[in-house]
Amino acid sequence: MNFSRPHALTKAQFHYCPGCSHGIVHRLVAETMDELGIEGKTVGIAPVGCAVFAYNYFNCDMVQAAHGRAQAVATGIKRALPDNIVFTYQGDGDLAAIGTAETVHAATRGENITVIFINNAIYGMTGGQMAPTTLPGQITQTTPYGRSVKDAGHPIRVCEMLATLEGVALAQRVSVDSVKNVKAAKKAIKKAFEYQMEGKGYTIIEIVCACPTNWGLPMQESLDWLRDNMLAYYPLGVLKDVKEAKE
Amino acid sequence: MSEKVLMKGNEALAEAAIAAGCRHFFGYPITPQTEVAAHMSKRMPKIGGVYLQAESEVAAINMVLGASAAGVRAMTSSSSPGVSLKAEGLSYLAGSDLPAVIVNVQRAGPGLGGIQPSQADYWQATRAPGHGDFKMLVFAPSTVQEMVDLGAIAFDLGDKERMPAMILSDGLLGQMMEPVVMGSEEKKVQEKPWAVSGHKNKREHNVINSLYIDPPNMEAILKARYERYAEIQENEQRCEEYLTDDADIILVAYGASARISRSAVDAARKENIKAGLIRPITLWPYPDKAILSKIGTTKVFLCVEMSTGQMVDDVKLIVNGKRDVRFYGRTGGVVPTPAEVLNEIKKIKGGI
Repeated sequence: MNFSRPHALTKAQFHYCPGCSHGIVHRLVAETMDELGIEGKTVGIAPVGCAVFAYNYFNCDMVQAAHGRAQAVATGIKRALPDNIVFTYQGDGDLAAIGTAETVHAATRGENITVIFINNAIYGMTGGQMAPTTLPGQITQTTPYGRSVKDAGHPIRVCEMLATLEGVALAQRVSVDSVKNVKAAKKAIKKAFEYQMEGKGYTIIEIVCACPTNWGLPMQESLDWLRDNMLAYYPLGVLKDVKEAKE
Repeated sequence: MSEKVLMKGNEALAEAAIAAGCRHFFGYPITPQTEVAAHMSKRMPKIGGVYLQAESEVAAINMVLGASAAGVRAMTSSSSPGVSLKAEGLSYLAGSDLPAVIVNVQRAGPGLGGIQPSQADYWQATRAPGHGDFKMLVFAPSTVQEMVDLGAIAFDLGDKERMPAMILSDGLLGQMMEPVVMGSEEKKVQEKPWAVSGHKNKREHNVINSLYIDPPNMEAILKARYERYAEIQENEQRCEEYLTDDADIILVAYGASARISRSAVDAARKENIKAGLIRPITLWPYPDKAILSKIGTTKVFLCVEMSTGQMVDDVKLIVNGKRDVRFYGRTGGVVPTPAEVLNEIKKIKGGI
């Protein structure tokens, strides 16, 4: 196993908090670019949120998009450069709240892009407010008494929703809470990029992630909380795979 | 093609963009600009271009941003309420030093307003197209031919200066038919070494970004950008002057209201009133030199607009109290007639 720094990561040091999953996912995306030899033709889109500085970390060409607009920007890039590889890297607030329309329509158009979706059930950068994926009863800065589904509605299961759309080639939910799951996440991310290279259409990999800082939990406990609560509401698995569907 | 053809303003604008090498159009339906999108949807598939109907105005302008970042000429068009939604994207384009052409076929506002012609988005276009410190090139055609000519210039200058450019049209010009001559040859789009088109393992990665977290650094970047704006203000302002040399009353009007004002000037001259017209063609940079050069020779400036009076502020700023600056306008989708403007000229003449 290669433990050197992937070429597709710059030498910049991550700014992420201890225990945050972003670092692992960045590495998995970078390893994928290295293994597929696509760094030189890949364009990544950074969101607004904790991963806003992703443009400093990935060695491929990068664009920083407005909050929620990453997939519209990706659409513009991919339509201009159909032979390039285009991916977005977005959090739950960016993708499933302010960018829901861009997400649903990029998916239904079958835009041949890859979406890396970080679901940690909270707004991280702004200091821990309710996200569209915040669990019922979960305490955040803006749900101090726990998320009430009566007042704030229900969390969105993004992959399940997108799996109903014809344009989606691959929708899969993974986690990076254990070595086993990290390996599975890597496999899924690589598959998504391969599907894009084969022109199969829209691919989204949702990664259920921990945010110890804003969950207010020590690192190990945050992983336990993720397994006990997040994975119960957001079960891991393939929600749609055009290849499997044909077989 | 260099022969004359009869074209609708909105369609001419679309053809001008195609002639300028634009192959990426992202739009959303809204009256009275829909012909631009419809024309693009008909033409783009036949010339290997991209027409994409976005899910929203917000998505459309961000698709334009993506295409522009990738290094191609990209365009979107809308009308007033839709342009408000594009404010976010315009700010990001400017903050990221990206070119793009945005068409606003103005209708009456605020709110849903009306679908009849208006010039009430002057402030939006020239003062605050979006949040933050920035400027956008703003072109104001007043004929269908000028739609064609300025369409090409907007792409060229936008690319050169790496900034968004707006064609500020209106429902009257968009729907009007006139003979036009298209450009004879297709333009070559200039090299864009800054584009995010994949580094091909031959250069460092390119980053398109508008985030600068360190205030002194951001201030330096903004100041450098404003130095470029100052050069553009000096070098790129355009206007047309009509019978201004001996004029006692100089009308200042752009776009559709300039056509009406020109008729009023002709009518005034027939009645031996020395009227003239300054017609700004660029609204940013505003043609302050033309106004300044006439302060010493004219007695009154009269701004004619299809709004409650917006551009008049710019004329007042330039004239700076040295001459009387008057305003006449109709708004809400009402188009002033030459007779109304002539009447206003006569009222002023009676008082000087």
